[in-house]
Amino acid sequence: MSERVRGYALFATVALLLLVVAPLALPAFRLDELAKYLCLAIAALGIGLAWGQGGMLTLGQGVFFGLGGYAMGMYLKLHDAGGDLPDFMVWSGVERLPALWQPFGNPVVALAAVVLVPVAVAVLLGALVFRRRVRGAYFAILSQALAAAFVILLVGQQGLTGGTNGLTNFYDFFGRDPEAESTQRTMYFVVAGVLGVLYLLARQLVGSRFGRLLVAVRDGEDRVRFLGYDPALVKTVTFAISAGMAGLAGALFVPVVGIISPSLLGVVPSLELVVAVAVGGRYALAGAILGAVVMNYAKTSFSEEWAGGWLYLQGALFILVMTLAPKGAVGLYQQARDALARRRGASAAAVEKPGVAVKEEVPA
Amino acid sequence: MRKRSLRYWASLAVLPAVLLTGCGDSGDSGAAAGDGNTIKVGILHSLSGTMAISEVTVANAEKMAVEEVNAAGGVLGKKVEIVQEDGASDWPTFAQKAQKLIKKDKVAAVFGGWTSASRKAMLPVFERNRALLWYPVQYEGLESSPYIFYTGATTNQQIVPGLDYLKEKGAKRIFLVGSDYVFPRTANKIIKAYAAANGMQILGEEYTPLGHTEYSTLVNKVVAAKPDAVFNTLNGDSNVSFFKQLKSAGVTADEMPVMSVSIAEEEVKGIGVANIVGHPVAWNYYQTTESAANDEFVRAFQARHRGAVTSDPMEAGYNAVHLWAAAVKKAGTTDVEAVKKAAAGISLDLPEGKVTVDGGNQHVYKTARIGVIQPDGLIKEVWSSDEPIKPDPYLKTYPWASGLS
Repeated sequence: MSERVRGYALFATVALLLLVVAPLALPAFRLDELAKYLCLAIAALGIGLAWGQGGMLTLGQGVFFGLGGYAMGMYLKLHDAGGDLPDFMVWSGVERLPALWQPFGNPVVALAAVVLVPVAVAVLLGALVFRRRVRGAYFAILSQALAAAFVILLVGQQGLTGGTNGLTNFYDFFGRDPEAESTQRTMYFVVAGVLGVLYLLARQLVGSRFGRLLVAVRDGEDRVRFLGYDPALVKTVTFAISAGMAGLAGALFVPVVGIISPSLLGVVPSLELVVAVAVGGRYALAGAILGAVVMNYAKTSFSEEWAGGWLYLQGALFILVMTLAPKGAVGLYQQARDALARRRGASAAAVEKPGVAVKEEVPA
Repeated sequence: MRKRSLRYWASLAVLPAVLLTGCGDSGDSGAAAGDGNTIKVGILHSLSGTMAISEVTVANAEKMAVEEVNAAGGVLGKKVEIVQEDGASDWPTFAQKAQKLIKKDKVAAVFGGWTSASRKAMLPVFERNRALLWYPVQYEGLESSPYIFYTGATTNQQIVPGLDYLKEKGAKRIFLVGSDYVFPRTANKIIKAYAAANGMQILGEEYTPLGHTEYSTLVNKVVAAKPDAVFNTLNGDSNVSFFKQLKSAGVTADEMPVMSVSIAEEEVKGIGVANIVGHPVAWNYYQTTESAANDEFVRAFQARHRGAVTSDPMEAGYNAVHLWAAAVKKAGTTDVEAVKKAAAGISLDLPEGKVTVDGGNQHVYKTARIGVIQPDGLIKEVWSSDEPIKPDPYLKTYPWASGLS
């Protein structure tokens, strides 16, 4: 059995666990929570791509998550209102449907906007920023400021966005009650499916020539430029893809959890996602997913047992990971594998490349 | 490269296993509303985050009420068991934890929430699951969910009496200051309608983001406008800087009283008595409210939490538990529809006086009280509506409010 076949066998095993075992073994309510983690894992996958592969530390992924979520929420609100104004506009003193909302009454437009709006914003931002060779900490700060500004904007425009409350109380999700158990079960499969497909696509991308170029840009942007490539284009495209993933994640989050609000998109939730990716292992796409699911699961279960203590644990975990295992859980696993392989290799005199550098450990 | 990727698959494979083992023991184990000899209820407040400072005190008052119910023999011959969850000052978390309390713990009722945003986030969860939420904080009205009981004041029991008081005092020119979220915006909409109908003038309406602490510009604006009174709907920490700035600008409570609707005994401690002494507040209950039930409430609470003060939201949370227990006893079951039906018209002598549940909108009759902050940090009642006011969340009985909802 070749390595490649074994890789696909493992993917099939995970798919089997997520698509068959989890739905059978978990009560409906826990399955819904798992769906939520998987939504966040989609956004984390985008961060894994942008940060892990492309070296763009994006601390404002919540913005794109929010754009997707609000696009979906706006459609559902308008659909529920059935020609009237959405409930929050009534109590915010808005009398006519704002022009911004008009196109979102159409489900096709709304669904397209879920991906296209975040992508457009990312392309615009990327074109401005990457072309001017803003990178590293400057880009990180910029993206974080964007998240902070976005939240202030959402909260301030209560009549337009629902303010701090966000958009909630949806009754009809494409003909089904979003809170009904059957809908939630279906949504779980949709989310898991989307995650699986996006993971395969992202993996394909990373393995392609474009992926090699992306890693090269991460590790030596100037050298890539001297070789005649355009790093700004590579980065912008990757950033846009990661933004699209976050948008899609936000849109799926809305029917799964039943709310989209500024508290989900600000600096803190954006950072939490990045922390999750770091804990899982940012150099591997699977690490990003692993991190998002495990950290959010830990958050839920830990806060159920020891309410209020989670933040300390999260902080401690992040410090530990950054100091002891900067490559995250997947990095630790690789180190263990490599150490094992070296020992085995030494005895079999078939040594695997010893002491591989971080940068070569990127999966293809 | 292909070879190494195998390890990533492997790590991904570990994940559902972790999840499954973690969830296995915490699955659907709770029997309906507690198993055997207990009835489970949920307490869902923020124990962490910015709202924790306020919400923890309400959770404590609710826990005390549950213990009192248990000490008096429980309900339906069973003890009431508390399942507490942390809303973490985050609205989606409130929705998620409410779902957990209803579906996994199968609680008979949930007592919780503080911010309107947390209530709005929980509302669909309770309505869809046909479960009961008891919400203990004054709020902006314009809501009446069939699955929520509101034991705090709605607008006609707090804001409207506050305006009546200012009008009585001869205030004609009012300045509005608030945090930027749904309660202040809705409250100010009501205040503007009231002002228009009562010959009052609104000199300005200013909002600052939640958690904002830089108030010198705003205070200058207020002082320059020379209003007779300020109506303050700021929330949380913002009040500390606002009142400090106001004091250092030389404004006294006599010449420009600031009427607040989110500052109770607990918050006065945080703001610093010296900064806010003499200013009026509008509530339905103060620690100093005179009733036998309140003497007992304050004594019992201070016995448990030394040096603590009691405040309106705490009392409303405490009331919620007792009203729910009375409704369950009357219904003879914890079945939600039966409890809702039984709750209508229930009347108890609680710390704020006689509290009656309105069966129509599931709010309660409450006496409005205007108080003035004293140098010792407590609040002295200076005006009251004398009798409990019928709750009117949509202000239907007020002609000037006809355009609001």
